Amino acid sequence: MEGGYIFDEKDRHNAFISTLDLALFETNGGPLEGIAVAVKDNISTAGMPTTCASRILEGYVPPYDAHVVTLLRQAGAAIVGKTNMDEFGMGTTTENSAFGPTTNPVDPGRVPGGSSGGSAAAVASGMVDMALGSDTGGSIRCPAAFCGVVGLKPTFGRVSRYGLIAYSNSLEQIGPLGKTVTDVNTLMSVIAGPDARDSTTYDRPYDHTPDPDVKGLRIAVPEEFFGEGVDPAVSAKVQNAIATLEGLGAETIECSIPSMTYALAAYYVTCTSEASSNLARFDGVRYGPEVPAVRSWHDEFKTYRGERFGKEVQRRILLGTFALSAGYYGKYYAKAQVARENVRRDFIRVLKDTDVIAGPTMPSIAFHLGEKSDPLSMYLADILTVPANLAGVPAISVPCGTVDRMPVGLQIIGPHFADEKVMDVAYAFEQEVA
Amino acid sequence: MDHDQQVIIGLEIHCQLKTKTKLFCGCSADFQGAPPNTHCCPICLGLPGAMPRLNKQAVIYALKVAKALNLEVPEYSEFSRKNYFYPDLPKAYQISQYDKPIAEKGYLEIEDDEGHTKIVRITRIHLEEDPGRLVHKTGRDRAGYSLVDYNRSSIPLIEIVTEPDLRSPKEARRFLNKLRSTLEYLEVFDGEREGSIRVDANISIKGHNRVECKNISSYKGVEKALNFEITRQRNLIRRGQYITRETRHFMEGRGITTSSRSKEEENDYRYFPEPDLRPLRVRSWLDDVELPELPDARRDRFMRDYGISVNHARTLTGDLKVANFYEQIAGVDPKLAATWVADILLGELNYRSMKIDQVPPINIGDLIALIRDDAITDKSGVEVMRTMLDHCLNDEDCPMPADIVEETGLAKVKGGEFDAIIASVVEANPQAVSDYLAGKKGALNFLVGQVMKETRGRADPKVLNAQMSTYLDTLEV
Repeated sequence: MEGGYIFDEKDRHNAFISTLDLALFETNGGPLEGIAVAVKDNISTAGMPTTCASRILEGYVPPYDAHVVTLLRQAGAAIVGKTNMDEFGMGTTTENSAFGPTTNPVDPGRVPGGSSGGSAAAVASGMVDMALGSDTGGSIRCPAAFCGVVGLKPTFGRVSRYGLIAYSNSLEQIGPLGKTVTDVNTLMSVIAGPDARDSTTYDRPYDHTPDPDVKGLRIAVPEEFFGEGVDPAVSAKVQNAIATLEGLGAETIECSIPSMTYALAAYYVTCTSEASSNLARFDGVRYGPEVPAVRSWHDEFKTYRGERFGKEVQRRILLGTFALSAGYYGKYYAKAQVARENVRRDFIRVLKDTDVIAGPTMPSIAFHLGEKSDPLSMYLADILTVPANLAGVPAISVPCGTVDRMPVGLQIIGPHFADEKVMDVAYAFEQEVA
Repeated sequence: MDHDQQVIIGLEIHCQLKTKTKLFCGCSADFQGAPPNTHCCPICLGLPGAMPRLNKQAVIYALKVAKALNLEVPEYSEFSRKNYFYPDLPKAYQISQYDKPIAEKGYLEIEDDEGHTKIVRITRIHLEEDPGRLVHKTGRDRAGYSLVDYNRSSIPLIEIVTEPDLRSPKEARRFLNKLRSTLEYLEVFDGEREGSIRVDANISIKGHNRVECKNISSYKGVEKALNFEITRQRNLIRRGQYITRETRHFMEGRGITTSSRSKEEENDYRYFPEPDLRPLRVRSWLDDVELPELPDARRDRFMRDYGISVNHARTLTGDLKVANFYEQIAGVDPKLAATWVADILLGELNYRSMKIDQVPPINIGDLIALIRDDAITDKSGVEVMRTMLDHCLNDEDCPMPADIVEETGLAKVKGGEFDAIIASVVEANPQAVSDYLAGKKGALNFLVGQVMKETRGRADPKVLNAQMSTYLDTLEV
């Protein structure tokens, strides 16, 4: 049996790329029955355009559902639309979209963060109850922090990526966004678990009720999360939040993660390398409108890619192609993998003696629209989120107050497969300050 | 051979594995003759978001080959992406293996040009997916265009790379034949399937640059391409010219190689580990991989059990189907069966472009029984076989040899019939008879020939010779 769900379509923040007037959902008693869920537009939905906010995928309608979308449907969710994003997930502001920027519901003069900015804005503005995003280097946690909602990047391999249009396969995970930790927990329990079609998933389903008891919890506080480049006002808010957890019986341990020095470089080399390969298939033969024939096929797809990919995407394809080239591979890609392994080991080391790591999600509050016009300064904003992707560990962002009336996110990072633990800590904090 | 002109050849052989499904998805791999793009899914079409899922059977097949060719399987191997743009490659990268292949360091024994046993070292074997296929069309009324068929996309391949151990085109051909028969014995490969094997050959003259010949898609082609290259390279050297290190393309139709890639089209494949697949840790699987009897072992057993010559044994075991065929009829008379299958049947089949499985073994077995029992002569035997094969070729029921003998009167000439024919030939050729009586022994051959002609080969030449001289000697007395 199917029912109709009327979706509030007033999209003041340009959060959606496409919407369904009347989302169909199954009345099946599932955990998400009748709940409006928005899906980031890089997650394949059968019969519904999936654009990655790129002109290169204009007209592409996937013939199949991503694994998480199948699970949403089975859980009775109403998938009401596909959310705006930075093209192919490449950005920290949702300004790099062929469909125009999404604005921050808290202050429309500012960005919502990215790349899952549409999903965060749709939740923050109340258009939907929950949303799916994807997080390659902070793309769920950053917009969650900037828009004042909760967002989880699960442990790598905990949620199937089958149907997620790949940007950087080895780093990214699909994850939930919601107004509350409870909502995020509910959505996580629907989407997590093994999938035979994604060989990198583990047989680790998620069935958890958040527990706010943090007595005796050991929280590692790395100095690098409060160092240079982090807005002192943001640092102060997050220190307050950690103090709140201490008040609940948690214990803090100061520590250092020296490999963070290389994290950003390792991240950008890895993700651009993988992206250059993933995005090579968009050559004008199979996707997008027909290309007028020119001299040769090579000229044809050169022109096509030059015209239809946005500037940031082109920049990253070029960077990644360079990093993988003969003679440079050892200098860049191979080195980045060594640095990445060091980050992973550092996290495992710190999390052996502690339960979680806490720090700010982002080094600042949401930028004004157009403020980060220089790509390098934009990349620097990812410094606190990329380590969790490099290490493959779970990380959650939960609102912890405001600076200049803009939300600040507290980031809790746990060891591999401790998604339940980071959820508990976020829940404890949320309940305490509610 | 002039030592300075020593030829050095190494091969890279791509073979399709005959799994039921493709390497990374559940689509049926049995696409021969299917309409274009009907054996496809999001995975083998490389649709955005689709992910590869490794076919376990293909891994087991690759391990089988590794074991048969004496390769080592490392504790850990991985898949890598080979990136290049081509319309038949839907993801714009091929999932292959690069610096961590599934197996390394093995060998295959062949015979060199002098008939001695020779070891050809195998550098590595790796698993990869086949791309789709382009069909180029040209029309009178429109510009040429190309169509893409992705049925072949993601069919499992193994690439087998040899060390530069081969010394002549003939040796390369023998290596390929041996490899093919080994793969067929393993039941992982169907050499008769079109495009099931593709070869790249590296060839150089000692002391000079190496040239890579790509796009060789037949066994004969390998020998042709190599012969062409040797002549080309030797001519350049003779004229004191430099051999450019390059990739050349073999034009099968014309039997020549042409320089194929300009500098700017040269590929930098930008290999990196495939992030969507886990590393392979399959060394322990080797313990469960059981090998069937391989060609060499079967050859030795044939010699031992059937008492046949090494040449017959080698020919019969060179092809799995021929070997099985032989074993079904060896009971009739092992040596006779070996001679008739290896020396006669295979040639007759080849002449008709027929495969051995188009002939019922029982028919050939019966034919051999007729020969064994002296019911027909060898010459008639060949005639019966030809008649039989012509029927098989035309998709008719294959007639039994005894019926053909009866119908055509090919039964061996015997007793009274013999005497009568000899008498009539002697009577019809008085000149030859008197020549013989005058001591010209050569006249006997003429008279025997006349009898053979009269009986259309149904007479046993040995018997005939004896009877004829006895008869003539009677006249003399």
